[in-house]
Amino acid sequence: MGCEPLPEDRREVVHVHRVEVALGGRTVLHDVDFRVGEGEFVGLIGTNGSGKTTLLRAILGLQATTAGEVIVAGRPGRRGGPVGYVPQRVAFDHDVPVRVADFVALGVDGTRLGLARRGRGVRERVEAVLASLELSALAGRRIGALSGGEQQRVLMAHALASRPRLLLLDEPLANLDLPRVHETIAVLDRVRRAEGVAVVLSAHEIGPLVPVMDRVIYIAQGGVACGTTEEVVRAEVLSALYGHHVDVLTVHGRVVVVEGEAGDPGAHPEVVVR
Amino acid sequence: MVARASASGLAVFAPFMANAWLAGTLVAIVSGAVGLFVVVRQRAFAAHAIPNGAFAGAAGATLIGASPLLGLVVFAVASALGVAALGRRRDDVVTALALVTMLALGAALLAASGAYEPAIDALLFGELLGVSRAEVVALALLVVGTTVVLTVVFRPLLYSSLSEEIAAARGVAVRVLDATFLVLLAVSAALAVPVVGALLTFALTVGPPAAARMLVRRPGRALALAAVLSLACVWAGIASAYWSGWPIGFFVGVYAAVEYVAARAASSWRDTRARP
Amino acid sequence: MHWLVEPGFWSNPVVGTALVLGAVVAVVSGAVGVVVVVRGQSFAGHALTDVAMAGGAGASLVGAAPLVGFLLAGVLGGGSMEAAGTERVRDRDVATGVVLGAAAGLTALLLYFVSSSSSATGSTQSVLFGSVFTVSPSVVPLGVAVAAGTLAALFVVRRPLLLSSLNPELAAARGVRPRAIGLAFVVVLAASVALSALVIGAILSTALLVGPASAALRVARGLGGATLGAIAAGVAAVELGILASYDSFYWSSAHRSVPVSACVVGVILVEVALSALWSRARARRG
Ligand SMILES: Nc1ncnc2c1ncn2[C@@H]1O[C@H](COP(=O)(O)OP(=O)(O)O)[C@@H](O)[C@H]1O
Ligand SMILES: [Mg+2]
Repeated sequence: MGCEPLPEDRREVVHVHRVEVALGGRTVLHDVDFRVGEGEFVGLIGTNGSGKTTLLRAILGLQATTAGEVIVAGRPGRRGGPVGYVPQRVAFDHDVPVRVADFVALGVDGTRLGLARRGRGVRERVEAVLASLELSALAGRRIGALSGGEQQRVLMAHALASRPRLLLLDEPLANLDLPRVHETIAVLDRVRRAEGVAVVLSAHEIGPLVPVMDRVIYIAQGGVACGTTEEVVRAEVLSALYGHHVDVLTVHGRVVVVEGEAGDPGAHPEVVVR
Repeated sequence: MVARASASGLAVFAPFMANAWLAGTLVAIVSGAVGLFVVVRQRAFAAHAIPNGAFAGAAGATLIGASPLLGLVVFAVASALGVAALGRRRDDVVTALALVTMLALGAALLAASGAYEPAIDALLFGELLGVSRAEVVALALLVVGTTVVLTVVFRPLLYSSLSEEIAAARGVAVRVLDATFLVLLAVSAALAVPVVGALLTFALTVGPPAAARMLVRRPGRALALAAVLSLACVWAGIASAYWSGWPIGFFVGVYAAVEYVAARAASSWRDTRARP
Repeated sequence: MHWLVEPGFWSNPVVGTALVLGAVVAVVSGAVGVVVVVRGQSFAGHALTDVAMAGGAGASLVGAAPLVGFLLAGVLGGGSMEAAGTERVRDRDVATGVVLGAAAGLTALLLYFVSSSSSATGSTQSVLFGSVFTVSPSVVPLGVAVAAGTLAALFVVRRPLLLSSLNPELAAARGVRPRAIGLAFVVVLAASVALSALVIGAILSTALLVGPASAALRVARGLGGATLGAIAAGVAAVELGILASYDSFYWSSAHRSVPVSACVVGVILVEVALSALWSRARARRG
């Protein structure tokens, strides 16, 4: 299942072109095709094991594709492109002698050889990014001593420090409580407007993203479906993706996906809130 | 060993001790600096395995009549590259197997060459008193070389130590960097081993840097403090060994552990105070 | 058969003791080694042999039985590694290294005392490379007893131990205390390592602990099968290694035998290589 081309007025940041990825002899992604435009906020939605991390790693050049290609900002995607990345989990050593500001600065110059002093430009960029993510108070703390939620926020600042065109976030909401989820989404939305960066955020729950998302990429069974929330989160689209009957309901503004048993639609449905 | 030669009545700063002080100082600086990355990258096992395994090289070199130092360097670098190539996921099983292979090879070579106890003792525990002027010069060159390489790769190495995944995504050649680091570790260990012994080299590589990283928050300062703490270990070790007549390896091993325990206590105390 | 087994192999009492003790040690190392590899504690397993060496040197200084020194040092060293490492799990590597460095220093001191109090040489050599051919038969009953105790202790703690290694959160939810379990295992590990370091030397101790277990874990599907496989691979490596070492005396023109440790490590490396080929072939079949 493919996706519509971008509207004329959107410049493309990434084009995932008919990508296939096999892991351990199994095809995890199959003929995945979509584009993301400049400054777009895209939700990459799928259940655990559906291939979200694999897809993000393929865009970053960390995961080799078995077919197809990734184009980032008009060039073949490879490591070191204009892409910021917030992995699902980074376990910092508690005692590592690196402060939040040091880590964010590495986002700018961490790939550079040599030990030239950090110029004013770098320091100012670090301060600005920390301020825009409301992290200035943490600048002098050790990264290993922060809480999980704080570390996540620092990882976002780090990823934005190099002024990427595209920001990839792998399930950044998974371990946050609901107020934190909304706060994080609001901050990301503000930052992407301020910086003009496209955001692709993977999640297994679509609900909280609905207010800020431009588009949804739904990933299941190795394939993707794209569209606006209203277009994708519909019974017939999701049923085709899952290979069995699925209902979509809207309850108090929350989107609820109800999965039926394969081959036995309607009988003892499992309710899955996404 | 310092102990065996120390007779009472000679000053610890006597001229014949000069080379010992110089060699100890140089080894301490290198071990502390390289050790910070050993600790941050959680490579303590490799740091132990490479110098110990390298002693097979010394045995082999003795057997064929080559310089033991050359044998040490070649074997140390070979085991470092082996660990880097096979240990994709920091597999400590690979490190263990590389170590026992080298040691078994060393045992076989020693049996074949008929070299015995004194040679092994010297490699394990070092012969700080027997250090020659030429060895001091070689160590000085090592310090310069290590400093240059560490300065060049400092940032990407630190970056990839924090998160290999992120650094790789940003275009850091993480595999090459890992191999570079292990070779650096191997060369510095191979040159330090004949002087201060495999055990002392290892103790300096882990204890002082592990302490330093708990005491300061910035990477650059941690590097400097690691070298200073390591230097303190060696100087105190030489003096203690001189006055007591006991082997220097004992003092360095114990002082390194004491620094670590003290730093941990300090950092725990600080943490509890920060979070009342 | 004659070309394979050189004369006197079976009738030689030294060889008999070596074969029996080697097998006992291989059984314990195999069973403990599987848990070591699963828990990622190879470094601790290796470090404990060096720690045990300090105990061995201390024992020979005060004239105590070496095994007592080995055990005591192993349990003390393992306890302090575990105490330092559990609080911050990711500090385990460093804590192990610091204990190892201190123990090595202690070994240097004790060996210095040993060598200055007696003119005997060869103490470093025998502790490091220990030869199973020099073990006295009187050690056999004690060795077997320690081995049995170690295996029994491992058997008792195996369920919570594996659960806390594979899924710490689930284990904690079931009321397993990771710290107590970790400590219990490190004592088991120390006993196993002490036994094997005494009988076969420090090098072989690490090789037997890690090699057969990692090979078996590649091939077997379950942990039970891996344990049996590790025991079988370990016993085979020890017995074949002893045979090869014994035979090498007759093969070489200089009549200098290849050390047992080198022979056993050689067999173990072959086993590891074969298991790697096997798992690669299996992955290709899909
Ligand atoms: N190294 C691997 N070898 C084999 N299969 C893998 C590997 N990594 C991931 N997979 C499989 O690929 C699928 C997609 O994984 P992943 O991209 O991590 O999913 P998600 O991030 O959506 O939870 C899963 O079924 C997972 O089991
Ligand atoms: Mg994932």
